[in-house]
Amino acid sequence: MDTCIEKIRAIGADLLAKGTVEKVIGFADGSIPMATRPIALTSDKEVDKLVFNSVCGLNLANYVSKNSLSSKEGKIAVVAKGCDARNLVTHIVENQISREQIYIIGVPCTGMVDKRKIAALFDDEITGFEEHGDTLTITSASKTETVKKADVLRHNCRVCTHSNPPVYDVMAGDPVEEQTLDHPYEDVDQIAAMDLDARWAYFENLTKNCIRCYACRNACPLCYCPTCFVDESSPQWVGKGQNEIDVTTFHFLRAFHCAGRCTDCGACVEACPMGINVRDFTRKLNKDALELFGWEAGLVLDKRPPLDAYSPNDPNDFIK
Amino acid sequence: MNFITIDKKDWAPGIDKSRKTFRVYGPVEDENGCQIKPLAPDTAPKMDAPVTVMSAKSVLFPQTEKILTATLDESKQDHHVMTPVETDDMPRVVLGIRPYDAKAVQLVKLNFDNPDYQDPYWCAAYEATTFVGLGVTHPGPCDFSTAVGCGPFSEEGLDVLMADMDDKYLAKILTKKGENWVAACGFDTEADPKESQVLFDVLRKEAEKQIQTDLATDKLAGKTILDLYDAPFWDDVAFSCINCGTCTYVCPTCWCFDIQDETRHNTAVRFRNWDTCMSSLFTHHASGHNPRGTKVHRVRQRFMHKLKYFLDKYDQGIMCVGCGRCVASCPVNIDIREVCNRMNDYETTK
Repeated sequence: MDTCIEKIRAIGADLLAKGTVEKVIGFADGSIPMATRPIALTSDKEVDKLVFNSVCGLNLANYVSKNSLSSKEGKIAVVAKGCDARNLVTHIVENQISREQIYIIGVPCTGMVDKRKIAALFDDEITGFEEHGDTLTITSASKTETVKKADVLRHNCRVCTHSNPPVYDVMAGDPVEEQTLDHPYEDVDQIAAMDLDARWAYFENLTKNCIRCYACRNACPLCYCPTCFVDESSPQWVGKGQNEIDVTTFHFLRAFHCAGRCTDCGACVEACPMGINVRDFTRKLNKDALELFGWEAGLVLDKRPPLDAYSPNDPNDFIK
Repeated sequence: MNFITIDKKDWAPGIDKSRKTFRVYGPVEDENGCQIKPLAPDTAPKMDAPVTVMSAKSVLFPQTEKILTATLDESKQDHHVMTPVETDDMPRVVLGIRPYDAKAVQLVKLNFDNPDYQDPYWCAAYEATTFVGLGVTHPGPCDFSTAVGCGPFSEEGLDVLMADMDDKYLAKILTKKGENWVAACGFDTEADPKESQVLFDVLRKEAEKQIQTDLATDKLAGKTILDLYDAPFWDDVAFSCINCGTCTYVCPTCWCFDIQDETRHNTAVRFRNWDTCMSSLFTHHASGHNPRGTKVHRVRQRFMHKLKYFLDKYDQGIMCVGCGRCVASCPVNIDIREVCNRMNDYETTK
């Protein structure tokens, strides 16, 4: 991906200089090691601010939706990994944006790193992070560690089978080889194999440190509801305190609302300050969507998602 | 007895001894990292913990706190009359907190305990709590405590300040509360006050040197609220913000709360929950109007409160102790140091 950034900058500069797009949304360097920040550029003079590396873990489709775009705005270019592009497709399919509003600068992605896994290699705080090809050099006050990127990839990147954007206007690099997996949902199967009590205990433990900051929801491109159900007050569907029933209700309902829509981009887990693997909820629904409907979200523009389509050939009786 | 040494062999047994009179809190580690929590029996605090994700503010100001209850049973004479729950007066000690977390309690105190208003729940918890800090010998890249009138060996708000000397702790007893806790643990090995103070000074200077930050707050007081409010950079600051509550919840000085009533059968309970100015609900009026209807409004509010309104109202510096938790945890890397410098440097062209 090292070489992609030059192409991303050149494409961005060209689009802005020619006025093809009004702004380019991408990633810029952060103020601390292993941090990047989403940025919107409006001038071709600024494109040097753009970066693309293994810590661009958020999903930029989150910055383009009905809520964030005004209809008067011109075309917007988005730097998109495979998952970001799939969420842009989902936005289009769900009528949040039109295809014409968006210019997709596709990035063939080699995965994002798990910052917590890297932090766990150190007893003290990380002071430096450098990336050269597939080698990462991480420093703290006490030591320097060199690791292979492949060994510290986020779980969603390790099981990703859509590294290349399925829909794009231009690619900023040659497509990477897509992996095929014999057991793509091993993690889900492990949880499903637990007996009922163990499974309940697993999920209780999973969310026990949730602080309800809603970073998972707010980092998710799917969560564009004008008012989320947890924020409704009349009627109020769920208590707002730290009662565990209320906390789990939030997580369960949010996950169900993502059924057949989630691209497993991992932004929710990336954003969570407590490092809760909320993907344990959404992954099960992704698996169901695949097994029951042969559906993976965000791959094509011309097909309705299984949960918002009616088919006379539906195999289930209840709907007929 | 100003200074004592505590052999690390005696540390855990001493804490256990103190449990007769104190509920003990300290850093504990689980799969989500290190947090300040009540220590289970036989558990020692993880003294070499990295910065805890959350501060120690919840010890005095729990995220969800029951404050009033009422019965809805109309056969009872006092039905629907809210009565306060008993405040929790059990003495407690918070071990191994970083000095900036104790300073933060002093800032939060301005809100919960002042001449106009004393919050009974917070005040009772404050009275009952002893803060035992551990000096930070290796401040991390997010720590800018020295730039905001605090520091890795700051004593403000602490009852005891300890320094890690490999096989022992050197402890400076700062208050009567500190003395009581030390006595409850049975720690009584006196250390030479002069030598000990010199050691503390050396450690403090060494630690302070490691904090490199160019944060400036000197010009904030001289600016008008409206100039800063109308500054042109807020759209830019807010662009990446996803409006989650992380920065406010991890902040040791954010004190806002929301009141919620919940009923179950014939019992009504009034809770207070931490609130966050990042949420649109924070200012959503019953009329439907929202004076802070966009995320730019909300992001501006957070920084204006911390860096300008607080400063103007209390004249005690900014509402920040430089712990850097918001910097470390922000999913989109909004860095309060950068925003503060932009505000401090801003010159209106009007």
